[in-house]
Amino acid sequence: MSVLVGQNTRLIIQGITGTEGSFHGKQIKDYGTNLVGGVTPGKGGQTALDVPVYNTVREAKKNTDANTSVIFVPPKFASGAIIEAAEAGLDLVICITEGIPTKDMVKVNKVLKKYLTRLIGPNCPGIISPGTAKIGIMPGFIHEPGHIGVISRSGTLTYEAVHQLVAEGLGQSTSVGIGGDPIIGTTFIDMLELFAEDNDTHGVVLIGEIGGSAEEETAQWVVENNFTKPITAFIAGQTAPPGRRMGHAGAIISGGQGTAADKISALKEAGIHIAESPAEIGKTMHNALYS
Amino acid sequence: MKIHEYQAKELFQEYNVRIPESIPAFTVEEALEAYDKLNRDTVVIKAQIHAGGRGKGGGVKLAHTKEEVKELADNILGMNLVTHQTGPEGKEVQRLLIESGVNIRNEFYAGIVLDRIKKQYVFMVSTEGGIEIEKVAAETPEKIIKEWIEPEDGLTQEQAVSLGQSLNLTERQIVSSTDIFMALWNVFNEMDCSLLEINPLVVTQENEVMALDAKMNFDSSALFRHPELNDLRDESEEDPSELKASKHQLNYIKLDGNVGCMVNGAGLAMATMDIIKLHGGEPANFLDVGGVANPETVANGFKITLSDTNVKSILINIFGGIVRCDRVAQGVIDAMETIQVNLPVIVRLEGTNAKKAGELLNNSPLDFLVADSLSDAAEKAVIAAKGGVV
Repeated sequence: MSVLVGQNTRLIIQGITGTEGSFHGKQIKDYGTNLVGGVTPGKGGQTALDVPVYNTVREAKKNTDANTSVIFVPPKFASGAIIEAAEAGLDLVICITEGIPTKDMVKVNKVLKKYLTRLIGPNCPGIISPGTAKIGIMPGFIHEPGHIGVISRSGTLTYEAVHQLVAEGLGQSTSVGIGGDPIIGTTFIDMLELFAEDNDTHGVVLIGEIGGSAEEETAQWVVENNFTKPITAFIAGQTAPPGRRMGHAGAIISGGQGTAADKISALKEAGIHIAESPAEIGKTMHNALYS
Repeated sequence: MKIHEYQAKELFQEYNVRIPESIPAFTVEEALEAYDKLNRDTVVIKAQIHAGGRGKGGGVKLAHTKEEVKELADNILGMNLVTHQTGPEGKEVQRLLIESGVNIRNEFYAGIVLDRIKKQYVFMVSTEGGIEIEKVAAETPEKIIKEWIEPEDGLTQEQAVSLGQSLNLTERQIVSSTDIFMALWNVFNEMDCSLLEINPLVVTQENEVMALDAKMNFDSSALFRHPELNDLRDESEEDPSELKASKHQLNYIKLDGNVGCMVNGAGLAMATMDIIKLHGGEPANFLDVGGVANPETVANGFKITLSDTNVKSILINIFGGIVRCDRVAQGVIDAMETIQVNLPVIVRLEGTNAKKAGELLNNSPLDFLVADSLSDAAEKAVIAAKGGVV
């Protein structure tokens, strides 16, 4: 079992004929994900990765009954692509694109309130339910099907966590990168709500980082909603200097807000198991489950 | 991206944000010319650096005569200005702004930032002008009044009026403050700013509301919409090695420690810094070589890491996903054959083709330390930096 993506996924790729879209699209397809089509304006009628290409998402949905889309279009056009997918009525949109202007995402966030479409990202590696569907740029082979949900603001650090889980004999129900930007669609809390309902998820790994207050809000939510499955968390950036953007647009300590220390103490107070070292994420999850 | 106060004020003029008359000066002679041109009894000489707290640091002074202007401009130009935002090393002042003095009745604060929780921009004002807003936010948050902005409406007239009322301005002053708040929102919105702060925003004896200071940062992701901003970039304000890294599309931030690190991915790069610290060392830098860790990016990463003479060992930590570890290993070998690296290099490669990568490194005549886990790598790098044998 898994959440959001799995055997019922019918995926289209927005930007399927571009460099990124076709490269990662092939790996997505090779993993066994149910890819049903693609969208590139002006290239409708062509075929890419053995699936039909359409000019618009609406057309693609009408012809393929797609319910999910992954976006590999350049930053300039990405916000428009997200809105197009929502207007076409897709259930889930995963935006991989990094570098979308914040102002565009403020607008996207407002528009999405009118639709039921869920956005994951942007600036994220995507989402994978091991064994059934991989939608993103993560290496599929490091994952194993299992019972841990993974939610992360990072990319390669998520792979590191997954690698450690597998080494501990812990597979994943679903692993999702929610994105490193200041404004993202799906949050830690949104994912925890889904994992709470998923009987096949027995524990959750949270990978946070400096900047913003998503981890503090999550800690409060966990307490208020009596989330009972064990959670393990690691917060990156304990040594990051204030006022500097650490790679991700959202990873910045500003005006004393968003430090790793504040996040760790809030999570600890909520009863979440903290991995002090990034090398102990798997072990900490294992201990939280079995001791 | 940051710009100087005088550059922000030039943009303000285009957007009709009221400011005192002012002229930038790069030399003492230009400062004197500016004084003559302004033709006022009192001028303010303001150091132009990318940091706040300039007044307290001695970078903002009043002058009443030409002699005073000469003396102060001479003192401030070239001085190493230390403020709470520059860090103890300070910043050398290379530019001045000569500004007409203003008769101040009240000082306020105005700012526009992103509220990450509400996912909206927020316009903030406070009666506590002229002091650090972080301090106000921490000690008396009720003194910061906020209006959240709907993206499709922008700051409305009603909101702008209400902000003026919250500062207890008179009706006449509110006419002026509404104009300036609307103009500030317009420049923020149209120029894709990430932060705009006016501290202080003042009411003059003549009841005009004016921006006395200007701090303006831009969203780096939106610079493609504003190519003209490239001309405003002052490269002397940036760390030379960080500037060089950015020209190679590498994300590098210099720190104070002696364990250099080179990592793919920002989160993993931060985590690598953290684990160095946990093992008793101090990271020398943050360096994300990105998704394409090819020989060229690895070579550039080496050059930049090595340009920091504090570095005593280098930890390379790559989690291969789409990027294959054997290609990264080859990149490291090729780079080390072309650049003289006289420091211990600890390599930890995991993920796609990690085994093959390990073989490549082990078979190379070059002197690598291949680590078998993240903590092993950190431990070895820290011991090596301390001059120990690993």
